[in-house]
Amino acid sequence: MFDFRRSAAALIAAAGVAGLFGMPAAEAQTLKAVMHSDVKILDPIWTTAYIQRNFGYMVWDTLFAMDEKFQVKPQMVDKWEVSPDKLTWTFTLRDGLVWSDGKPVTSEDCIASIKRWGAKDSMGQKMMASVAGFEAVDAKTFKMKMKEPYGLVLESLGKPSSNVPFMMPKKTAETPPNQQIKVEDVIGSGPFIFKADEWKPGDKVVFLKNTKYKPRPEPASGLAGGKVVKVDRVEWISMPDVQTQVAALENGEIDMIEAPGVDLLPLLAKDKNIKLFNGNPLGNQYAFRFNTLFKPFDNPKIRHAVMVAFGQEEFLKATIGDPKYYKVCKAPFVCGTPLGSDEGMADVLNQNAAKAKELLKEAGYDGTPVVLMQSTDLAVLTNLAPVAKAQMEAAGLKVEMQSMDWQTLVGRRAKKDPPDKGGWNAFLTSWVAADILNPVMAGFFNASCDKAMFGWPCDAEIEKLRDAFSKETDPVKQKAIAMALQKRWVEAPTHINVGQWYQPSALRSNIDGMLVAPVPVFWNISKK
Amino acid sequence: MIDFIARRLVSIVPVLAVVAIFVFLMLRLTPGDPAAVIAGDNATSDQIADIRAKLGLDLPIWQQFAIWIGDMLHGNFGESFFFKKTVASLIAQRIEPTLALAICTLILAVVIAVPLGVIAAYRHGTAVDRIVMGFSVLGFSVPVFVIGYCLIYVFAIYLGWLPVQGYTRIGVDFGGFLEHMILPSVSLAVIYIALIARITRASVLEVLNEDYIRTARAKGLSNRVVLMRHALRNAAVPILTVIGIGVALLIGGAVVTESVYGLPGLGRLTVEAVLSRDFPTIQAVILMFSVVYVLINLLIDIAYTLFDPRIRY
Repeated sequence: MFDFRRSAAALIAAAGVAGLFGMPAAEAQTLKAVMHSDVKILDPIWTTAYIQRNFGYMVWDTLFAMDEKFQVKPQMVDKWEVSPDKLTWTFTLRDGLVWSDGKPVTSEDCIASIKRWGAKDSMGQKMMASVAGFEAVDAKTFKMKMKEPYGLVLESLGKPSSNVPFMMPKKTAETPPNQQIKVEDVIGSGPFIFKADEWKPGDKVVFLKNTKYKPRPEPASGLAGGKVVKVDRVEWISMPDVQTQVAALENGEIDMIEAPGVDLLPLLAKDKNIKLFNGNPLGNQYAFRFNTLFKPFDNPKIRHAVMVAFGQEEFLKATIGDPKYYKVCKAPFVCGTPLGSDEGMADVLNQNAAKAKELLKEAGYDGTPVVLMQSTDLAVLTNLAPVAKAQMEAAGLKVEMQSMDWQTLVGRRAKKDPPDKGGWNAFLTSWVAADILNPVMAGFFNASCDKAMFGWPCDAEIEKLRDAFSKETDPVKQKAIAMALQKRWVEAPTHINVGQWYQPSALRSNIDGMLVAPVPVFWNISKK
Repeated sequence: MIDFIARRLVSIVPVLAVVAIFVFLMLRLTPGDPAAVIAGDNATSDQIADIRAKLGLDLPIWQQFAIWIGDMLHGNFGESFFFKKTVASLIAQRIEPTLALAICTLILAVVIAVPLGVIAAYRHGTAVDRIVMGFSVLGFSVPVFVIGYCLIYVFAIYLGWLPVQGYTRIGVDFGGFLEHMILPSVSLAVIYIALIARITRASVLEVLNEDYIRTARAKGLSNRVVLMRHALRNAAVPILTVIGIGVALLIGGAVVTESVYGLPGLGRLTVEAVLSRDFPTIQAVILMFSVVYVLINLLIDIAYTLFDPRIRY
């Protein structure tokens, strides 16, 4: 058979224009990745967007980090201790920590960083409410004094996902929390250095290996352990078109796609030069969020009836399709985690329309239509709303599904207007599992009325239990509180989890060492 | 002529004013909140409100408009909500790929379409004419992204001759620049070739029936001279007009082509800005496209005088 490729190559070589039409030259030490989004903002404390969190892990480091087994391990910290009355935490930094501009990392830097993060992040705010003050003992040691014992100090400082408490130089960390840090202030002590002069928004972000970085001696595990960088340079290429991403990976122009479309996974799996890697075995969780300000979901009994009406399998089949990439899991704190349990949930999420109908009647549902927002431009979300609509209608609810792009939905969900005046009753979204491992971390469990996330649930009992959970220092008792909270949540849901799903990354087969972690990280990765 | 140019340049001002008001109002009336987009998925309502205040989006619309127009009159296009860079610097960073794509497409389109149109007119009613017109219909009918994916599959993945995506600056590596420009330019040129070839054919066909063409032939001039010197030159005005109108097509096509081929140009900047509701960037880019469109049409008007001495301004 005539080989077009070989013949063409020979012709081109003969013509002496190989440089013009040749294949792109291999850059052995440059790793090129297409991430799920472009980096637009450089401040991972100012926004909760995941791409900024991923950017943060490249440039900055954390005091503590969560390993593969959900254990919080020291990262920048060498040793720490808590006083017997649990009111004073003392942290000592590792030797040899320096910022990329060569200055040493100090206690003052860390104190300022914790304060800025604590002013912005919901888990940080909760912790800071129990903090009396900080004291820099010396350049490497500082104390955090508490007003009362707080059970989630290490979990907060080792929080794996947005907002992550990244340590920044004092000058940067003193930027007001509601103001973005400047490009020139992106100075970290993490494993990579951000090349500001090569940053082209909408095109690429470049990181160089931080040669001054001193990895921990332990092997890398999750987000903890030694962050050993094995490539010289990492480029995050912005490529909005999913088909083009796949073609570029097939052609060897890029090394990795962080989040290829689920419909393209079978195509990628067939290519012998490409492998699929699920670096986040906990995956993600779909969630149906209620707006509790308005009828009918201001009534907790109606919200409970919806939980009875829903069944996860249909949601997952409609969006993900292949059972390899989803899991039916009732546990709100994610199956496979220390608090992951379906206790108290035997009667819900079984798609029991008949029972839901009865419950709606008992709750006095008066036929108020549910304005359900559907996002149409994100493939992993689009098909959720039609399933929710069908299952709610089967139970007797009236549903008005309104379709829009995700950014319109994001803008609209922040509005407290009535549903018939531009507001809403419900929508569906997805959480990264690492964001919802306990009731303080998981934003949708926040039921503090106006201070809660969009949907604004108001439930004194849930709040009391969240508070008790945060102050409890015994893990066994913490779990008991979480289960009590789960029971209350089933009675008066703030949201409904409608299934767990997984997003493998696609890599060229010559890429090794990608870590199992809730966030895609680039240390430990080598390119043959 | 100078009077005409001056008048046309002055007429840009009301055009831009209308575009500015329209774009500004459309963006404010379109659903979506940039503050909510910036704040991210885990943000609380208070965090979103803080960002909205920081961006000045909590001010009345008329006040936001007055601030924007005031800044524009001082040459300040504003700062992107997201990148914390001035919009002018973002545009400067992204203009080269778009300009390169537009120029390559235009050259390719004119070089291919005009001869095709002339040949189709000359061979009117023959198989050649039907093939050219068939291609023309196909060129109009197939969307740019479909052409793009087909070309990527054949030339990048199957044959491996050209890269799938990306851009190399012309000053960095000319070979790399051409490599990255071929597929996007061809994809975008197809519809343009179809348009220009069709108009060229119709215009030349009309001219070929004129008395002076018969006279030229009677004088014993060769077909080439008749076609190129007499027919094409007299048919040039409608062809130039369609090239000018086609610039709008080019701008729209660049948005899609840049996305398919991963070119970091203004088209993609526009799409990204629209999707993330980056108002200052959208406003500035659309105003800039309007200026370019008006100026190109002015150039086309001036060019008429070169081809048709009867046209005087």
